[in-house]
Amino acid sequence: MTETVISVRGLRTKLGGKEIHKDLDLDVRKGEILGIVGGSGTGKSVLMRTILGLIKPREGSIEVLGRKVDPLDRKTMLELERCWGVLFQDGALFSSLTVCENVEVPMREHLDLPSALASDLALLKIKLAGLKAEDGRKIPSELSGGMRKRAALARALALDPDIVFLDEPTAGLDPVGAAQFDELLQNLSKNLGFTVFLITHDLDTLYAVTDRIAVLADKKVLVTAPIAELERHPHPWIHEYFHGPRGRAAHDSAMLVARS
Amino acid sequence: MTAKAQVSVSEEGETARVRLAGPWTVAAAADLDGQLKKLRLKSKRATLDLSGIDAIDTAGAWLIRQAAKTLVEGGVSVAFAGADRQASALLETVGAVDQDSNPPRKEPPSFEEMLARLGFHTAFAIREARNFLGFFGLTIETFAATALRPVRFRFTSFVFHLEAVGLNALPIVGLISFLIGVVMAYQGASQLRFFGAEIFVVDLVAISVLREIGILLTAIVVAGRSGSAFTAQIGTMKLREEVDAMRTLGLDPVEVLVLPRIAALVVALPILCFFSDILGLLGGMLMAWVNLDISPQAFITRVQDRIPIRHFWVGMTKAPVFAAMIGLVGCYQGLRVKGDAGSVGRLTTRSVVQSIFLVIVADAIFSIFFNLINI
Ligand SMILES: Nc1ncnc2c1ncn2[C@@H]1O[C@H](COP(=O)(O)OP(=O)(O)O)[C@@H](O)[C@H]1O
Ligand SMILES: [Mg+2]
Repeated sequence: MTETVISVRGLRTKLGGKEIHKDLDLDVRKGEILGIVGGSGTGKSVLMRTILGLIKPREGSIEVLGRKVDPLDRKTMLELERCWGVLFQDGALFSSLTVCENVEVPMREHLDLPSALASDLALLKIKLAGLKAEDGRKIPSELSGGMRKRAALARALALDPDIVFLDEPTAGLDPVGAAQFDELLQNLSKNLGFTVFLITHDLDTLYAVTDRIAVLADKKVLVTAPIAELERHPHPWIHEYFHGPRGRAAHDSAMLVARS
Repeated sequence: MTAKAQVSVSEEGETARVRLAGPWTVAAAADLDGQLKKLRLKSKRATLDLSGIDAIDTAGAWLIRQAAKTLVEGGVSVAFAGADRQASALLETVGAVDQDSNPPRKEPPSFEEMLARLGFHTAFAIREARNFLGFFGLTIETFAATALRPVRFRFTSFVFHLEAVGLNALPIVGLISFLIGVVMAYQGASQLRFFGAEIFVVDLVAISVLREIGILLTAIVVAGRSGSAFTAQIGTMKLREEVDAMRTLGLDPVEVLVLPRIAALVVALPILCFFSDILGLLGGMLMAWVNLDISPQAFITRVQDRIPIRHFWVGMTKAPVFAAMIGLVGCYQGLRVKGDAGSVGRLTTRSVVQSIFLVIVADAIFSIFFNLINI
């Protein structure tokens, strides 16, 4: 049986008096790319933030890499922060630092590296993420949307994490940039061997890179299954999602790619 | 994974065998970097034996690549041995992103660069002054256009800002003015007592509050609380492209955002100034009563008999001018925001500093002017 790296049981979260999740269960297996889909406002970002310990759930338990996530347990959280990398919805790069310095932040925070080595490794991550070395000198406001996403990915990869959380990494990218990002993600996860928790609305991304997809609806995870199974799922929202005009187009182009 | 990562060398004849063992991960990177830097080989051929590595990540792979490159540059031919699947994949991934194109590190600035920076800032200041003047003209023009077609004036917005900059500022302006009145009367009394001229405390407080202190205090408080708010509000809208959206919808940002704010300030500041005058006089009166036994009755009579009303008008004349300056600077800096949220903070600070500076310069010019015409 494959190892489980994230396991969420009976999760209930409430924000601003509104119940966002109820009885939510989720398992993420080691090494897989798990896609998270769901309508806008169904709590995908909230789920990610809860797993990351940024939001305290009302009920339920979350285990990551065999350790219980508890925002109050600083020691465990510090160990966990060392093991995961996060790309937030808008990049969340520190606006006053250059891209290089942004990538160095987690290294400086968690490791005791000489500064020359830290900046060399940061440059390596920047280039792995598909940016040019010169871009490392720029500050985030000088980058385009796609470059900012790549810079944020470089920062997420800074510590060679076991799990990478990505919140809509291709939203707002042009189709070419998005496709490049998909390819990059797939290559990196294959070569670096990390697990990916990928929130996305991008059907092409789902077809291209995910191993399984978890569908969030009615405050819980309805199903977790490979895309081929989801296409046959009877739930109306899932059916509409994969068989609407966009779903079909993505399906067809994925089939085309697979055949060629 | 508890074993320590290490580098060990055994040289036999022509070929050196460099054994890398333990966890080659970013956690051990600092240590490994040091070990590799000390690596010296006598042989001309080296084999890097990776079979002892039990964990590897990109940092480790990069260090190995880097070590190999240093050896090759030293004229040693390098071969790899014993790399498992993951290690070779990583070495390949890391090798694929070309390492040679690293830009040189930043040097400390040279004299020429400093000179260039000085020139840049000078040119920037001149450009800034010109742009501000341009903005001033644009506002006047929009004001004139709106005056001709008053229906275009944003009355609701005007009233909203009137409340924000005027009504809501009353407590703080009043309190500060009152306290300054108290302090001036107290300090004045302790000096004038030497001459037995305590009664002149009334003149001192009344003239300085009416002419200078009332309006200056009010203007500075308003610059700090409303000028900065203007910059932050408009700046945030600018960041979120709301200002651009406005333009595409055929709305003029100067008409919609700038005019109501400046108009509200121009109306509010004289009222606040009047309020400040009254509270300042009250503070002085209270102190004169407590400290010098000058009854409020006597204080008021003396103010009425001895202090010409023109002092009051001098203060009030400055109010709308200062208001326009604070409003203009606040809105202008707000519209200059671009890029990131940090720029809102920077420009808000600049807006406050500039408007206070301008207010004080203008006050000095007013002083000279009123002096010349003997008011
Ligand atoms: N800090 C918060 N306080 C109150 N409500 C929130 C907060 N963050 C998110 N929400 C609400 O939670 C719901 C889910 O949000 P989110 O997870 O961002 O949706 P999405 O699935 O589109 O990422 C939304 O209805 C949102 O309004
Ligand atoms: Mg979201």
